[in-house]
Amino acid sequence: MKETFARIFAVVLILGGTFTIGFAWWFGRLDSITLHARMPEAGGWMPGDLTIAINQPLRLRLTSDDVMHGFAIGQSGQPAVDVKPGEIADITLNFDQPGTYTFYCTRWCGANHWRMRGTITVTGDAPEQTVTPPLYAQLGLDIDAPREAETVSEEQPSALRGRKLFDQLSITNLPTYLSPDYYRSHSPEQAWQDLRDDPELGSYSDQQLWNAVAYIWGSNTTPEALSIARELYAQNCAACHGESGGGDGVFSGEQVNIQDEAGGMSSGHQIVSPADFTNPEQILSAAPALLQGKIIRGGMGTGMPMWGVIFTEDQTWALVSYLYTFQFEEVPK
Amino acid sequence: MNILRYPLIKSLLKNRWPQFTIMVVALAGFLVAILSGLFGTPVGSRNFGIVFVWIAWWALLMLVAVPFLGRGWCSICPIPAPGEWLQRGNLLGPDDINHRDHGENKKKNSVFSVRSVVKPHNRRWPNRFRNIWLQNGTFLLVALFSTVILTQPKVTAIVLAAFLFVAVGASLVFERRAFCRYLCPVGGFIGLYSQLAPVEVRVVDTAVCKAHTEKTCYTGSADGYGCPWDVFPPGMVKNTYCGTCMECLRTCPHDNIAINIRSFGADLSVERVRKMDEAYKAFIMLGAAAVYSTVLLGPWGTLKLAAYSVGSLPWLAYAASFLTLILLALPGLFWLMIWTGIQLSGSALPTKKLFIAQSYALVPLGLSAWVAFSLSFVFANFSYVLAALSDPFGWGWNLIGTAGIGWTPWLTSLTPFLQVGVLLGGFLWAAITSRKIASENTINTLAMKLSAPVIIFCLTFTLILMGLLVA
Repeated sequence: MKETFARIFAVVLILGGTFTIGFAWWFGRLDSITLHARMPEAGGWMPGDLTIAINQPLRLRLTSDDVMHGFAIGQSGQPAVDVKPGEIADITLNFDQPGTYTFYCTRWCGANHWRMRGTITVTGDAPEQTVTPPLYAQLGLDIDAPREAETVSEEQPSALRGRKLFDQLSITNLPTYLSPDYYRSHSPEQAWQDLRDDPELGSYSDQQLWNAVAYIWGSNTTPEALSIARELYAQNCAACHGESGGGDGVFSGEQVNIQDEAGGMSSGHQIVSPADFTNPEQILSAAPALLQGKIIRGGMGTGMPMWGVIFTEDQTWALVSYLYTFQFEEVPK
Repeated sequence: MNILRYPLIKSLLKNRWPQFTIMVVALAGFLVAILSGLFGTPVGSRNFGIVFVWIAWWALLMLVAVPFLGRGWCSICPIPAPGEWLQRGNLLGPDDINHRDHGENKKKNSVFSVRSVVKPHNRRWPNRFRNIWLQNGTFLLVALFSTVILTQPKVTAIVLAAFLFVAVGASLVFERRAFCRYLCPVGGFIGLYSQLAPVEVRVVDTAVCKAHTEKTCYTGSADGYGCPWDVFPPGMVKNTYCGTCMECLRTCPHDNIAINIRSFGADLSVERVRKMDEAYKAFIMLGAAAVYSTVLLGPWGTLKLAAYSVGSLPWLAYAASFLTLILLALPGLFWLMIWTGIQLSGSALPTKKLFIAQSYALVPLGLSAWVAFSLSFVFANFSYVLAALSDPFGWGWNLIGTAGIGWTPWLTSLTPFLQVGVLLGGFLWAAITSRKIASENTINTLAMKLSAPVIIFCLTFTLILMGLLVA
């Protein structure tokens, strides 16, 4: 009798416990998806591709299997969620537009942090939308062509001094120079050359005209946009390009060509050092439209990620304007 | 003092239910540890398997159970339980009178009878392996992979499952608890350090045993099984191989078993059962404590990486250095100390005999090293236990409301003082033990000279470990 009771006790405790754990695991999976975050070398997001119907809530249980990660969805206003090792963060997402959304890691989790992305495909009917090509495509810019400014400023151009200069001027082309269209489609070097060639500005020194260029660039952004861009840059760009824009971020020397490393086919491109935004020859030869293209398309195998699925258009233009602050003093408030 | 004089304690220990209940609960916990390792979060600090085995259980074992209860843990260890139940055909206890052969003639009519499925062979353990050399080997095997085992839940789960699997296999092939006695990597060092515990199971009067022809404590009776640890209780003079399972208490018809409270380390002065395998166990444990302190707690990243990169060239170099240090360098240096002591004292005793005898001075030194090593992470990481209790698998549960507790180091300002105290205490204990052992066959004036090099060895080790753990 005692032996029978002992057997029942052992079976109930051990098998019952195991069954309860299994049931709890199964039950917990019914209405949610557990999204595991791992460093890209260990698999990245798992699962990496999710599909949901339009207007159907998507409940995600986020957990990290190694280090701290962050979860955010590109081009959305949803704040990033920290994904901590061994802990579960519950979030529910709702999508009212069909399409493919990219989610990505917002914490510098490792050298290949920027590769840590996944997609959510939202299915359903929606009115057809017309897609406007980005400006660099409209302008037909070859964003991969080698470029180097032939003329650079001897001192750091000052937007403040440039503004004073423009305040004294009443030249014919002033509105053109200050317009967004002009700003976005011209490199600072081209703009300086235009000013230099303008007969009404013939009496001004080269440095004064560089100050004027800085003012044109500064007047095409706002302190608010720069503030947003500074945050985006720190979160997404500084790991490679460095906090001071010098191309010397903590991961700048650690990029590897994944295809080559895996022994497979090479992309034909090579990992290159991150751009140095403090180098005037690099940045002064680049038009905002070209930098926009670089950001949204990425470097195609060079190590520069494509951010077009992550940043909104406004964020991208804000970032572009922020990159020039490594050359120009900021616009006066 | 025999605590069995107290009827409550005696009945609690004699009754199978308390021990059985704890074992079943521990087995359930053990299975949860395996399951959480296999299916839970791979983050060690949030996984029940890692947190409970390597922090909670380890703390309980090294800071409480071994120093104060000796093999107390072995009496409730869940690992041998399933194998033993299969071997015996019963979970609780013998239920007929044919138990002198440890279960060969168990009843076969029970519908639950596991014997209808499994038939144990009850072979005797081979004579050549009736020592702890295999346990020394299994400990080293685990130790070589410890950086991975201690940090990766899946590997921990596989190791725990392997323990269970081997224990069941050993119980089905061999008689009694062959796994615990000859294979368990943990049982080996628990046995060594149980010599220091202030508690022992002994017979009250050996004359009673001599007159008792049936020797039920070894052969078994309707009240209990013959010693599962293959120990003959009347001949037992030290704790090393007594699993404190209390079967002898149950089977002795003359009430001749005692559980004595005694002085710490009483077994170290037992001269006649000192052996080379136990001496080597002392070196292995001493060396492993130093290596763990260096690799796991030290600031040397390259060393950590080498120890972690199992199978790589750096790991092979690490493994070779580890084994060389533990199996050759430490014993070699100790041999040199013994030789120096002989030269200083002019002792005529054989070097090998003195080497083995003096190595028992390393038992308190080793335990203090392990206690100090354990102190450095147990309090610092104990808060993980609370979180793992609420969410053992890292699936987002919050069973007792403690899942949100973050890492909070406890008593870390006190830890270095405790460690220094423990290490110094261990050194003094080792020095006194060495001196006592030297005095066994040598006159007092020469005993000091004989033990002086060993004491210097112990002091050097203590200072090195103090440097590694505290400095």
